[in-house]
Amino acid sequence: MTPNDRRYTKEHEWIIVDGNKARLGITAHAQEALGDIVYVELPAVGDEVAAGASFAVVESVKAVSNVYTPAGGKVLSVNTALENEPELLNQAPYEHFLAELEVTALDEGALLTAEEYDALVASEG
Amino acid sequence: MRSTVPLLFEQSHAGRRGADLPPMDVPETDALLPEELLGGALPLPELSEVELVRHYLGLSRRSAGVDNVTYLLGSCTMKYNPKINEEAASVFLDAHPLLNEDDLQGPFRMMCGLSAALCEITGMDAFTLQPAAGAHGEVTGLMIIKAYHELRGDTLRTEMLIPDAAHGTNPASAALAGFTTVEVKSAPDGGVDVEALKAKLGPRTAGLMLTNPSTLGLFERNILEIARLVHEAGGLLYYDGANMNAIMGKVRPGDMGFDVMHLNLHKTFSTPHGGGGPGAGPVGVKKELIPYLPAPVLVREGDTVRADYGRPLSVGRVRPFFGNFGILARAWAYILSLGSEGLMEASENAVLNANYLQHGLKSCYTLPHDRVCMHECVVQPGAFAKNGIRTMDIAKGLIDRGFHPPTVYFPLIVPEAMMFEPTETETRETLDRLVAAMCDIAKTAAEDPQALHDAPLSTPIGRPDETRAARSPVVRWTPGE
Amino acid sequence: MRSYVPHTEEERREMLATIGADSVGALFADIPEQARLARPLNLPKGKSEQEVRREFAALKPGAAALPLFRGAGAYRHYIPAVVDAVASRSEFYTAYTPYQPEMSQGLLQAIFEYQTLICELTGLEAANASVYDGGTACAETLGMFRGITRKNKVLYSAGLHPEYIGVLKTYARFSGYALAEIPLLPDGRTDIAAMGGELEGAAGMLLQSPNFFGAVEDTAAFAAAAHEKKALLAAVANPVSLGLLKRPGDMDADICVGEGQPLGIPLSAGGPYLGFMATKAAYIRHLPGRIAGETADPEGNRAFVLTLQAREQHIRREKAQSNICSNESLCALRAAVYLAAMGPAGMRETANLCLRHAHYLRDGILAIPGMRQRYNAPFFHEFVIDSDTDAALIDSRLRKSGFIGGLPLRRYFPADNGILYCATECNGREEIDAFLNALEEAAR
Repeated sequence: MTPNDRRYTKEHEWIIVDGNKARLGITAHAQEALGDIVYVELPAVGDEVAAGASFAVVESVKAVSNVYTPAGGKVLSVNTALENEPELLNQAPYEHFLAELEVTALDEGALLTAEEYDALVASEG
Repeated sequence: MRSTVPLLFEQSHAGRRGADLPPMDVPETDALLPEELLGGALPLPELSEVELVRHYLGLSRRSAGVDNVTYLLGSCTMKYNPKINEEAASVFLDAHPLLNEDDLQGPFRMMCGLSAALCEITGMDAFTLQPAAGAHGEVTGLMIIKAYHELRGDTLRTEMLIPDAAHGTNPASAALAGFTTVEVKSAPDGGVDVEALKAKLGPRTAGLMLTNPSTLGLFERNILEIARLVHEAGGLLYYDGANMNAIMGKVRPGDMGFDVMHLNLHKTFSTPHGGGGPGAGPVGVKKELIPYLPAPVLVREGDTVRADYGRPLSVGRVRPFFGNFGILARAWAYILSLGSEGLMEASENAVLNANYLQHGLKSCYTLPHDRVCMHECVVQPGAFAKNGIRTMDIAKGLIDRGFHPPTVYFPLIVPEAMMFEPTETETRETLDRLVAAMCDIAKTAAEDPQALHDAPLSTPIGRPDETRAARSPVVRWTPGE
Repeated sequence: MRSYVPHTEEERREMLATIGADSVGALFADIPEQARLARPLNLPKGKSEQEVRREFAALKPGAAALPLFRGAGAYRHYIPAVVDAVASRSEFYTAYTPYQPEMSQGLLQAIFEYQTLICELTGLEAANASVYDGGTACAETLGMFRGITRKNKVLYSAGLHPEYIGVLKTYARFSGYALAEIPLLPDGRTDIAAMGGELEGAAGMLLQSPNFFGAVEDTAAFAAAAHEKKALLAAVANPVSLGLLKRPGDMDADICVGEGQPLGIPLSAGGPYLGFMATKAAYIRHLPGRIAGETADPEGNRAFVLTLQAREQHIRREKAQSNICSNESLCALRAAVYLAAMGPAGMRETANLCLRHAHYLRDGILAIPGMRQRYNAPFFHEFVIDSDTDAALIDSRLRKSGFIGGLPLRRYFPADNGILYCATECNGREEIDAFLNALEEAAR
């Protein structure tokens, strides 16, 4: 059920690359581990983010999680629907992105296919 | 029986008064303030005194304190709050903090007496009583460490080592004091993993924060070696005094090698928790660190006590005036009442009660570490956990059986942890009843788990929707709702 | 000697037998021999209650009963009897933080009501469950400024209480903020033109009103000027003055903090006190400390819980904006009862009595030869008087006559011979008249 149209990271993010743009989100496993998501802290449009750094924070009632980006670049847009409905990430994590970047650096080696990601999740138990 | 109580604002009636004031007794001729500075009537509720009393008495009956319930919160030391302490502290109620020093000699002597006693109990050389809470004491103590290294020109030392089993205030305080935090893995028993510690010690180490007993209630047997390693690496050792109730009269942080520490007077020294505060978090230091203490420092000069503000190396003020003075006074009354034998007796019985409790709980629950504990013990759900019963359900079940639950889900390194700290002031029968209640819960978990999912049933409300509270926060009443 | 341990010797023996330990000492075997304390604590033996009472009676400050004309951050106000009656309910004062909401609805509701009352008092939309006191509330504002704007430069008025400035400087030094002080004008108010110059790149400014010297500031103008430069304005307010003065929220302040001691909390030699904090709805996630929120249980009953906990240190750890782990819960309860007992009429009357008594006092002082009022900005209940007589001499003579006079400013400013006077609703006309007589003598 893990979509094949994108790549994944060890930190449970997904990324869809389209030319020099990339969309980032969190996986089904990530939202399940967090529980009910109550708040999403998104970057500002225009912010510069570095590959491998945290660009957003997702909060549940009892936990907080950094969201990392494998791609470096500038934030082009953020998903403002998450401001009032953070639960969208629980309901459909693959349909709702967090931010879209103009990519200037991408660590391809850090990306996993859907199969590789599923295997990782299975091994983490 | 579920029930709710109307809010103050929902009972307001225009024109009702709950307090009266003396009549204006000076001329009121001119307007004294320009119109643009003046505001309208405050939109506060209007209630009579009888309504206020009924309202708050109603709320008090829907609350639980040590005085009406056994409160087993691990790491919080919910011991009995002696009533004489309230009475004693009341002699200072009308004293303004900025009276002249001649008029503050009573309060100053009290603070000197308290500091000296805390030094003797902890093995430190001096105390500041300014910090208003444990976390406040932590950041103060860490600022002292930072200032110490800075003034020695050792600006490389920017890292504070903190065990992963530590309370969240430790890294938060370290960050406020300007350190980067470096996590040190704990051993499975919550003690320091000495090899992991060695790997992290280096020229950037400013210090290590520790509590002993550990956050699992177990005494850190390697403490002398740990102290030696940290000092050899050039760092200082910070003691989080939250668990001091285990060791009074038995061992002292100063003698274990700690350089700076805080105490929680509202834990070890019986001052009331107040529903979450006020507390007090005095900070003790070894003599090399005395110059860095917040100013003023009280100094005895013959028969008088003077406040010394001339402290050029001080980290600065951390709170106006002298700190949470009323809380300090209560702690002093407690120390006077117990004296040297009473303080040791308190710790001995706290540890006895925790071991007695642990022994009883062992029959129905899993002990992550089956060894002598100190003043608190940690258990996990037993075999019945496979029925989908989690620590949260056990806690709610305990409410229905008349106890305040233990600390749950802390420390993080023990999954599904329940941490019990009975303190020395609970009777044996209470502990026996608690064990019976916990074993009853285990039985219910095995035979009728749904009953625990539904708990608590005896409280005014069922389990509240915390997700909704965090997603759409409503933090005040609004008119017209 | 008391230790409040209920066990008898026999019970202890039986408990030890049950757990299989030879003695209580055996339970401490994990402590290394070298570290053990091998002697009793060198403290006196425990005392009886009667002895403790006598000890404390001997420490009681006699001056506490004298007429008081000193404020400077701690104020003698009338505390309605109902406040003590409620705060002495031991279900409240022996309770812990309400982490188990089902059994703590009373306390949680009281906190929710307190938060609402603070919003009503300040004109802002969200308040926390309190922090330690007004000075540390100012320090917590630094974290809010940085969290909201991501900038590290903060301005503060020279009219802030000197001890609050002290606390700010401590936190700024270690947490990495650059502070800039905005001076006062000759009339006692903060120089808004001087702020203009410093606003570039600043997160915001702290402005106290009435300020330490008593002057009422033009908070609205400062808020507008700050917003123009995309900076924030934090108002430091005296809660009793809000019975008369315009609320910071109504003047578009982004944050309001202050010392809540005047709201039904005794002087108690400086603590425990109460730091209140309120802010606009948009910044609620940047409030530090505990916050009670409203929700419902599965049957739809209204319920209160501690909420937005993911801001706090036990979850965010080193990334938390603040390390605060508690609130001044019992003091917040006292303040809530005070505000509810006073209501709008009581707050207005109290503020009016403070204002009129202070101005009557001022008029009487100016009638004494040699006395001059230093600042001519509007003031609420405090003002500074200069004279040619040494302030310490005036102070000690007044003390001998049985009065606590205003605060000699040398306490904070070594070269300043001024005295900061205060009058509240507790200083009646007769008392003020008697004081004026004594002052005239003392100033000769």
